[in-house]
Amino acid sequence: MFGKLSLSAIPYNNPITITAVGGAVLLGLVILGLITYYRKWTYLYKEWLTSLDHKKIGIMYIILALVMLLRGFADAILMRSQQAVAAGGSLGFLPPDHFDQIFSAHGSIMIIFMAMPFMVGLMNIVVPQQIGARDVAFPFMNSLSLWLTTAAALLVMVSLGVGEFSKAGWSGYAPLTEQQYSPGVGVDYWIWAFQIAGIASTMTGINFLVTILKMRAPGMKPMRLPLFVWTTFFTMLLVVWAFPVLTVDLALLTLDRYLGMHFFTNTLGGNMMMYVNLFWTWGHPEVYIVILPAFGIFSEIVATFSGKRLFGYTSMVYATSVITILSFSVWLHHFFTMGSSPNVNIFFGIATMLIAVPTGVKIFNWLFTMYRGRIRFATPMYWTLAFIVTFAVGGSAGVMMSIPPADYVLHNSLFLIAHFHNVLIPGSLFGFFAGFYYWFPKAIGFRLNEDWGKRAFWCWLIGFYLAFIPLYVLGFMGMPRRMAHYDNPAWHPYLLVAAFGAAVILLGIVFQGIQLVVSIKERHALRDPTGDLWDGRTLEWMTSSPPAVYNFPKIPIVDEVDAFMDMKGKNVAYRRPDQYNDIVMPKNSAHGLIIGALAFVFGFAMIWYVWWLAILAALGMLFTVIARSMDEDIHYIIPAAEVERIENERYRQLGSIAKRRPTDEQTILEPVPEM
Amino acid sequence: MKRKKYFVFFGLSCLCAVTFLGGCSTILLFNPKGPIGESERFVIIAAIALMLIVIIPVFIMAFWFPLTYRASNTKSTYMPKWSSSAKIDFLMWGVPIAIVTVLAILAWTRTHSLDPYKPIPSVHKPINVEVVCLDWKWLFIYPDQNIATVNQITFPVNVPVSFKITSDTVMASFFIPQLGSQIYAMAGMQTRLHLLAYKPGTYAGQNQQFTGRGFADMHFQANAVSSEEFQSWVEKVRQSPKKLDLERYDKLAKPSVGYHPVTYFSSVKPDLFEYILRKFNPTMGKNPGPMSGGSVSTHAGTDVSEEN
Repeated sequence: MFGKLSLSAIPYNNPITITAVGGAVLLGLVILGLITYYRKWTYLYKEWLTSLDHKKIGIMYIILALVMLLRGFADAILMRSQQAVAAGGSLGFLPPDHFDQIFSAHGSIMIIFMAMPFMVGLMNIVVPQQIGARDVAFPFMNSLSLWLTTAAALLVMVSLGVGEFSKAGWSGYAPLTEQQYSPGVGVDYWIWAFQIAGIASTMTGINFLVTILKMRAPGMKPMRLPLFVWTTFFTMLLVVWAFPVLTVDLALLTLDRYLGMHFFTNTLGGNMMMYVNLFWTWGHPEVYIVILPAFGIFSEIVATFSGKRLFGYTSMVYATSVITILSFSVWLHHFFTMGSSPNVNIFFGIATMLIAVPTGVKIFNWLFTMYRGRIRFATPMYWTLAFIVTFAVGGSAGVMMSIPPADYVLHNSLFLIAHFHNVLIPGSLFGFFAGFYYWFPKAIGFRLNEDWGKRAFWCWLIGFYLAFIPLYVLGFMGMPRRMAHYDNPAWHPYLLVAAFGAAVILLGIVFQGIQLVVSIKERHALRDPTGDLWDGRTLEWMTSSPPAVYNFPKIPIVDEVDAFMDMKGKNVAYRRPDQYNDIVMPKNSAHGLIIGALAFVFGFAMIWYVWWLAILAALGMLFTVIARSMDEDIHYIIPAAEVERIENERYRQLGSIAKRRPTDEQTILEPVPEM
Repeated sequence: MKRKKYFVFFGLSCLCAVTFLGGCSTILLFNPKGPIGESERFVIIAAIALMLIVIIPVFIMAFWFPLTYRASNTKSTYMPKWSSSAKIDFLMWGVPIAIVTVLAILAWTRTHSLDPYKPIPSVHKPINVEVVCLDWKWLFIYPDQNIATVNQITFPVNVPVSFKITSDTVMASFFIPQLGSQIYAMAGMQTRLHLLAYKPGTYAGQNQQFTGRGFADMHFQANAVSSEEFQSWVEKVRQSPKKLDLERYDKLAKPSVGYHPVTYFSSVKPDLFEYILRKFNPTMGKNPGPMSGGSVSTHAGTDVSEEN
C-alpha cells in the first residue's frame, strides 16, 4: 500500500536532523497560522499563487531562491563546522552518512534551487519590461515552470524529514548512484527533484527564447537589446540545448535503478563513463547558464551607475555568443584524469582556455565603462566591483586547471572547490544580489536600506575571501574534497579559518535579513515615486514602481541602444499619449499550481515505490493539462478608461515630484501628442 | 573610510600571498619528490605567472577607475557617450589571445610529455604494481614478486613504478600528491600511471574521488626506499602467514569500516588482477586486449570499446 514508506523513514533518532525538521515544520506552521489569522488565503490564492503576471511569478521565484539559499547555506555551515573539528582522531559531530547527504544537498540546492530560481526570477521581472512587452510569450507555461520548480524544491526539503537525501554528491556519479551501491531512497529523491526542476527549466528556456524573439517593442532591433536581454537569450539557448541531455541522463539512471537495466552499471556492458560524459555535457553549459545572466546584470548596473553607455556593446554581444558556443566543447575538462589520450585531453584543455578570452574581454569592457564616467556607489555597484576583482582570480584558477597536467594534481582537491566557488559566488550569486538590490525598487516600489546593504556586502565579501582562499592553499596541500574527517594536522588551521569565513558570511546573511525588515519598516521614506530611481538607461525604468499590471500603457517605440536614456535625452520619456486603448491580459489560472502539486505527489510516490499513487498523480497531471488546453476563456480586458485612470494617477504623482524639480517640469507635465 | 577598507583588504590579500608563496613543507604540490610532480609544479607556476599579466592590470583598473571617476570628483573627465575605441578593443582581445596562445603551447607539450600512460625513461626496469580500489581500502599486487599488500606500497627510489589500476567497486581516483598525476580507477577497466620518486621518504597516498561512506579513510602510505631496503621489505611481506587466494580476496573486497590496517600477503592467486578486471564482463578478454599486453598508447576509453 505505501511502498517502502514506513514510520522508520522519520529520522527521529538523529538530533541534528530532527531539530532542523522541527524548526522547518514549526516555521511553516507559524506562516500558515499568520495567513489564516489575517485572512489572507483568498488574497494569496487570487493575487499570487494563481497569477500569470510575469512580475509576480518573478517575485515568487526569488522568494523560493532565498528560502533555498538559507537551506543551502545551513548545509555549508554544517560542512565547514564538521571539517573544522573532525581533525586528527576526531570524527566530528556528523557521521559520514549524514555528512555525505549534506554536501550532496548543498550542491544540488545551490545550483538547481537557488541559482536557477534566482536567475529566472530576475529575468521574469525584468526581461519583458526591458523589451517593452506586457508579459512573456507563454504566461501559463511560466506559472507551470514556477510550480514545478517549487514542487522539486519541496521534494528536497521533504527528504530531510522523510527518508534521506542522496549520499553520492550533487553530480551523482554512477555506479555509486546505482542500486547496488546506493540502495536507499536518497538517490531517488535527488533524481526526481532534478528531473522535475529540469523539465521546468526547459520550459522556461523555450518561453524566454520566444519572448525575446517575438515580443520586442517596435524598433528594438537585436543590436539595440539591453545586455541583460542578450545574456538571457544566450542563457536560454543553452538551457534548451543542455537540459534535455540531463533529462536523458537521469532517465537512463532511473531505468537502471527502477527496472534493473545496465546503462551505467559495472556489470553486463554498463558504462559509467557514459554517465559522466552526459552529466557534464549538461553540467558545463549549466555553469554558464547561471553565470551569463549575471554578466548581463553587471553590464546594466555598471553602465547605469557610471552614467555612461556600456563600453564595447558589440564586443560584449559577440563575447557572449562565443562563450555560449564554446561552453559545449569543454565538458571533458571535468575528467581529464579518466585516462583519455593526450590528444583528447588537450583538445578540451585548449577549448577551455579559449573561453578565458571572451570572458577577459568582458571584464575589460566593464572596467572601461567606468573609465571617464561619473560613478555613484550604491549597493549594486559594490557587488559589481567586488565581482570584477574576485572573478578575475577565480577565472584564472580555472584557466590553470584547464591545463591537463595541472589538473592531474589539482583535480577533485579543495583547489577545485575554491575555484568553482570563486567563479560561481561572485560570478553568479553576487550578480543576482546586485540585480536584487538594483531591481527591488522596480518590483516592489521601495528601495532597500543602503547602510545595512553595505554592511551585509562587506561581511559577504570578507567572509568569502576568508572561507575560500584557505581552500586554495588546502588544494595545494593535497586535500581531497568531500572528506568527512581527516588525519593530516597541517590542514586543520586552514579549515578553521574557512569555518570562520563561513561565520562572517552568516553575519552578512543576518544583515540582509535585518535590511529587509528595516526597509519594510521605512518603506514610506524609501518609496520610489518616479519609477526611475537610479537614472536608468533601459525601458524597465520607464514604467512605474511597481509597474501597472500591463507594464506599458502604450508599447514604446525604440530608436537607440539604451532606449530610455535616449528618450530622456529627447524629452519624450514621459509623454502622455492622447488616448489609451483596451489592453488584453492573461487571466489567472490554477492549473499550473495544480500540476505542480501533482508533480510533487508523483515524485514522492515514485521515490517510495507507491505505484498506485504515482499513476493517479500522473493521470491527474495529464487531465489538468487537457483541461487547461480546453479552457478558452484565458484572457481579460482592461478597459481604456481604467488604463487612463491608472496612468492619470501616475502622472499626478510624477507632477508633484516635478514641482520639486523644476527642470523636469516641462517634460512631465505637458501632454504631448504621441509620435 | 572607504579607502581604509580597501587597504585592509589589500593587506589581507598580501598576507595570503605570502603564506602561500612561503611554501612550507606541508604544501605538498610545491614539494614534489619526483620528475612528474616537479614538471606539474612548473606548469602551475608558469600558469600563475601568465595569469598575473591579466590579473594585475585588472586589479589596478578596478581600484583606480572607481576612485578617479567617482561622482564626487567633478574634476575628472566625463564622457557619457564614449563607448568604443579600436585601440582598447585591439588590446583587450589581443592580450588575452596572446596569453592563451602561449599557455596553449605549454599545455600541448606538457600534456603529451606528462601523459600518465607514458613510461618514464630510465636505465632501471620498472617495478610493476597492480592497484585495486576496494570499499574502502587499496589493494596493491606486485605480480613480479608475487606478493600483495593493503594500504601500503613500497618501491625503490629512482626506479619507475608502473601502475595498472582498476576498481572492484565504484569509480575512485588513485593519487600520491608528492609524486604527481592521479588517475581514475574504474571497474572492468584498466587505467595506467607511471611515477618515480627521487628522494626516499614516506609519502601520503589517497583516493581523490568520493566513493561513499568510508571514503575519508581511504588513504595509504607510499614508501620510497633504497633498493636494498626494498628487497628486505619484499622479504618481510613474504614472511606473512596470509595468502591472497580467491576466498580471502572475496572477504577482503567486502566493505570495511574505518581505516583498514596495513596488511601483507605472502602470495597471490595468479592473475588475480585479470580476474578482477574480467569478472564484470564475462565476454571480456576474448580479443587480446591492452590489459595483458600493457600497450602504451591505449587508454581507458579505448579499453572498453575494444573489449566489447
